[in-house]
Amino acid sequence: MPTLKRVTEALMLPGLFLSAAAHASLERDAVYNLPSGVTPLSHEIYHLHMYGLWVMIILAVLVFGTLFYSTWAHSRRRHPVPAKFRENTKLEAVWTIVPFLILISMALPAAATLVKAYNTSDPYMTVQVTGSQWRWEYEYPAFGIGYVSSIDAKSNEASMLGSPIKPQDVPHYLRNVDNPMVVPVGKKIRLLITSVDVDHAWSVMDLGVKKNAYPGFINEAWFTANRIGTYTGQCTVLCGRGHSYMPTVVKVVSMEDFDAWTKQQLAAGHTLHIHDGCDAAAAAGDAVLKEHPAPDVCGPGTKAHWLGTGPARHGK
Amino acid sequence: MAEQTIHGEALEHGPQADHGHGPPKGIMRWISTTNHKDLGTLYLVFSCLMFIIGGIFSLVVRAELMEPGLQFLDPSTYNEFMTMHALVMIFGAIMPGFVGLANWMVPMEVGASDLALPRVNNWGFWLLPFAFVLLFSGFFMPGGAPQFGWTMYPPMVLQMGAAFPFMIFAVHLMGISSITGAINVAVTILNMRAPGMTLMKMPIFAWSWLITAYLLIVTMPVLAGAVTMLLTDKYFGTSFFDATGGGDPILYEHVFWFFGHPEVYIMILPAFGIISTIIPTFARKPLFGYESMVYALACIGFLSMIVWAHHMFADGLPLPAELFFMFSTMLISVPTGVKIFNWVATMWRGSMTYETPMLFSIAFVVLFSIGGFSGLMMAMAPVDFQYHNTYFIVAHFHYVLVPGAAFSIIAAVYYWLPKWTGVMYNEKLGKLHFWLSLVFINVIFFPQHFLGLAGMIRRTADYPVQFADWNMVSSIGAFAFFASQFIFFYILIRCLWFRKGMVKATDRVWDGAYGLEWVVPSPAPYHSFHEPPGEYVDAESPWVLDVDHGPMAARG
Amino acid sequence: MEKVATNENPHYFVPTPVPWPFILLIGITLTIFGFGHWLEGYVTVIPWKLLVIVGPVIFFSIVFRWFWGVVHESERGAYNRQVDMTYRMGMGWFIFSEVCFFGAFFGALFYTHVLSIPWLGGEGAKFFTGSVLWPDFTPVWPSNGPGAVGGEFEAMAPWGLAAINTVLLVTSSFTLTWAHHALKDSSRAKCIAFMILTVALGLVFLSLQAYEYHEAYTIQNLTLHSGVYGSTFFMLTGFHGLHVTIGTIMLIVITCRLFAGHFTPERHFGFEGVAWYWHFVDVVWILLFTFVYIL
Ligand code: HEA
Ligand code: HEA
Ligand code: CUA
Ligand SMILES: [Cu+2]
Repeated sequence: MPTLKRVTEALMLPGLFLSAAAHASLERDAVYNLPSGVTPLSHEIYHLHMYGLWVMIILAVLVFGTLFYSTWAHSRRRHPVPAKFRENTKLEAVWTIVPFLILISMALPAAATLVKAYNTSDPYMTVQVTGSQWRWEYEYPAFGIGYVSSIDAKSNEASMLGSPIKPQDVPHYLRNVDNPMVVPVGKKIRLLITSVDVDHAWSVMDLGVKKNAYPGFINEAWFTANRIGTYTGQCTVLCGRGHSYMPTVVKVVSMEDFDAWTKQQLAAGHTLHIHDGCDAAAAAGDAVLKEHPAPDVCGPGTKAHWLGTGPARHGK
Repeated sequence: MAEQTIHGEALEHGPQADHGHGPPKGIMRWISTTNHKDLGTLYLVFSCLMFIIGGIFSLVVRAELMEPGLQFLDPSTYNEFMTMHALVMIFGAIMPGFVGLANWMVPMEVGASDLALPRVNNWGFWLLPFAFVLLFSGFFMPGGAPQFGWTMYPPMVLQMGAAFPFMIFAVHLMGISSITGAINVAVTILNMRAPGMTLMKMPIFAWSWLITAYLLIVTMPVLAGAVTMLLTDKYFGTSFFDATGGGDPILYEHVFWFFGHPEVYIMILPAFGIISTIIPTFARKPLFGYESMVYALACIGFLSMIVWAHHMFADGLPLPAELFFMFSTMLISVPTGVKIFNWVATMWRGSMTYETPMLFSIAFVVLFSIGGFSGLMMAMAPVDFQYHNTYFIVAHFHYVLVPGAAFSIIAAVYYWLPKWTGVMYNEKLGKLHFWLSLVFINVIFFPQHFLGLAGMIRRTADYPVQFADWNMVSSIGAFAFFASQFIFFYILIRCLWFRKGMVKATDRVWDGAYGLEWVVPSPAPYHSFHEPPGEYVDAESPWVLDVDHGPMAARG
Repeated sequence: MEKVATNENPHYFVPTPVPWPFILLIGITLTIFGFGHWLEGYVTVIPWKLLVIVGPVIFFSIVFRWFWGVVHESERGAYNRQVDMTYRMGMGWFIFSEVCFFGAFFGALFYTHVLSIPWLGGEGAKFFTGSVLWPDFTPVWPSNGPGAVGGEFEAMAPWGLAAINTVLLVTSSFTLTWAHHALKDSSRAKCIAFMILTVALGLVFLSLQAYEYHEAYTIQNLTLHSGVYGSTFFMLTGFHGLHVTIGTIMLIVITCRLFAGHFTPERHFGFEGVAWYWHFVDVVWILLFTFVYIL
């Protein structure tokens, strides 16, 4: 019977599900849930998320449980004569007020966390993050360091249509860059996020940061990474054909390593200069640029000077 | 029935006045028709076609996403299919689907002969094919079809190629179509109800459409304004969205989402109406809390206009704005919850049978709620920083849109198909269609929650390797789901064109069904009511009399 | 057989099939294809040029033919009370949608005036935007932004032409109302006289606005390119002017119909619908005058 066959096929799918889950969980632990991250803020967000999730699960069990019980118990076979009631003011009041209270229990802690996320004052240092199609530029005004961060050559090669290199063979495929942002551990870092052409977004989940970058405006964000390591993310606002190839990678290092790094950067000539964002990005001449040539529109809001303006020194 | 209908211009032509009684033949029937049933059919056929095209686009998307790396498509081409998928589904499939249902059912349900403005109705429908010709023409132009998301954010979208003006004008035309449709339905409901049918006795589907019409009329012109500003920014040197001239790209987002959020409720309110019609029928029990359902609809309609910036939590809005939109967004789940609870209460202690429309409706209640729950999680602004623009969002809105809006359309088609065609569809195949759809829809979209939480970004043709497995599952689900829809197409084709050997439908069709649409024969006559059907309306209950069994004594 | 249609018939009005909407759409689509290609710079390609002419010709002929049919139906008494109410409600919802269309542009005006310009100057939470990106920008309205897009310009003065225009348009709303009263009192000649006066006021308004635009472009260097001030100014007044134009055309049509003996003191929705539209245009102008010119 063909019908039966189709049904059995359908029934086999949950099995596929489970095996996929088992397989997937070997790759990385956070493959089915939000990472708890490494900053105080990301922990808080994680707990809010888990609270929300459990509220939803409990509500789902209650609501769907009632519904499914009813489909079983009140089918025409088991319950041939339907009841006639059509309203119940008390009950309706309850299910208006109780959800409202649940919402308050979600809204208040969320508001508290939000206020924290918005408090970018008194950072250890400020890094200006400028998006452009399709790379990030990091500037450390306090150190006079500035450089461009683009996708690593290997990911880029593997990502080409018909590339012989398989993404599976590239370590940290699409989540790796040539020059990551480097910050010291345990220090509050303020990010000034902007763009020179179209909208982008700088985001690293483990740091609890996702902020859109707009040409002509600066958005602020902050994080304090409490664990040494490399944390990765991607540009999250569609920004054209290179959107998938704009990783955001942050290396959190010890203070000593950070000092060494700054010296090394200055020696390597990654110094800040007054520039036009587009020119700088193009001059960097990375592989993505060659493969996915930027349109010659450099968009509005081309960047003005960074060095020499007073407020910039707020950074330190 | 006595010939009471007055005809339009035919008056001038003397003998040809008969035209109004039956349709002209051939293609001209469809081009020039002013009949609400003909136009409803056209809308539904168009919607079905767009479901298929949009579905194929989604399969292209899922095929590319099956494995990491680029297999078939250049990223730009991927973005074209992704964007066109969304535009086709929203403006071509779901909205015309609901307008089609309103065309067919609202006049019948309120006891009118036709919609209020039949000629405008014809125009409203034909706008759509022309708009989509303009939209699709982008595929053949330098620079390609629209490819920057259905949200069309500047400055990105200003980099589009030659198809840009055609996208803008297509949106204008679709907007005009929606506005004409909305005015038509609203005026029909407000002006042409059968005598004795007060607003609070009106079928709930008509109520849901009245609120939808209101939302359409408030928000579609705003969308038109938003895209007009895009057009002038690109071609006429204005700087609405350009900081150098004092504008702001976020301004566009505000204007767009002022339209965009009500838009998602435009895509769900008629679905609520459909579900509120179907569940009582098969529970054989009146809708629980009719009045609170109406108030909840109105409340959702109002709240939906003050929550738009929850799509912009990561934009860096000022803190007070962020807080306001967080609270207002959460608030909207209270009236939505009332609806869910009322449906469960309607089923409670009913006497249920599980025909296909009912199955789809139950699936709607459960799966829409899952989508709503993830929506509520996203309403917590700081947590949305993590969810934003990941597949968690994609999972959320597909749960409310596919097993939500699309399932409701499918349920409505099963529910009213016998009334439209005069024959019963094949219940066994219908059930099979349901179970396959139910399983595979979850196979497609449930794993996307995991992908999103683990950080897979949306609108990407390529992704890091750790997301490979769930994407594979999701893609397999997509192909299987699409394949399952062929059962539905088979059922539809049988009922429409190959009716030999099929069971004739009774007028009442479902033994628990109430409403004026069930007092006319199946298939419904070309003009449902030549005279206002006053005698059927019960003076007290929002229920229309049960013609066979006397008034439904449903006071509890 | 057909019943004679009278106002008293309580039953439904059902029009016969019409080809006009479809042909209208052919006109619209041709126009768009021509205009779109023209925008994209394919001006030299003859077919596209031709479309920009052919399309609108079809469009306007069909609009004329469609309304002509409706007017004749109306005059033959095909519309009962229900249809009359339908048209009233339809017109009401339509005007509401127009209000919302203007809402988008007013929203843009408020946003740029109240939020984005100050932000670009570094006010509020956007301290860094001003100090880092636009250190030389002082946020004052009217503004063409930190990039001084379009060069220096002179803003529109409210108490010149615009004030005169306000008086004209408000007066025209009154003359129109008087015309309406005259129609209701069956004094057709008086009604026509007031209609002519209304149309004249509308035309003078439009001429003054054209003159104002001319001044703006030639003397004040105020153009669509003048940053957000120029953008919001011209988009709002431009779309308003377009609506005044449409309104004036409709008033002229109504005046012609009055000459032709249409409308009765009791039933004249065609007249009232146009009057509503004109009042709507008037209200929008008052908002414009307040928010665009004065503030
Ligand atoms: C039909 C369409 C539809 C519907 C009905 C909804 C309903 C909701 N949506 Fe959704 N949404 C979309 C379609 C829809 N959405 C789309 C298309 C997008 C993405 C657009 C894009 O970016 O492309 C989106 C995006 C979106 C975002 C932005 C995410 C982001 O981009 O970062 C948010 C954030 O708050 C959100 C929230 C909500 C909420 C709170 C609801 C609520 O209305 C849900 C209410 C329902 C329930 C809560 C379940 C039932 C209730 C109960 C059982 C009662 C008990 C519960 C409690 C009250 C605790 N939605
Ligand atoms: C109503 C809207 C709708 C519907 C139905 C769907 C259906 C589907 N969507 Fe869609 N999708 C969107 C709206 C919708 N989507 C939107 C708004 C976006 C965001 C785009 C953006 O980012 O800009 C999106 C994005 C989107 C993505 C993310 C792309 C990306 O971010 O890169 C993916 C990926 O898997 C996807 C997949 C699918 C699949 C597999 C289906 C399948 O379910 C499709 C299968 C087919 C059907 C559901 C049709 C069946 C119905 C019938 C046969 C009814 C017949 C009707 C009548 C008889 C009247 N969609
Ligand atoms: Cu930059 Cu996406
Ligand atoms: Cu929303």
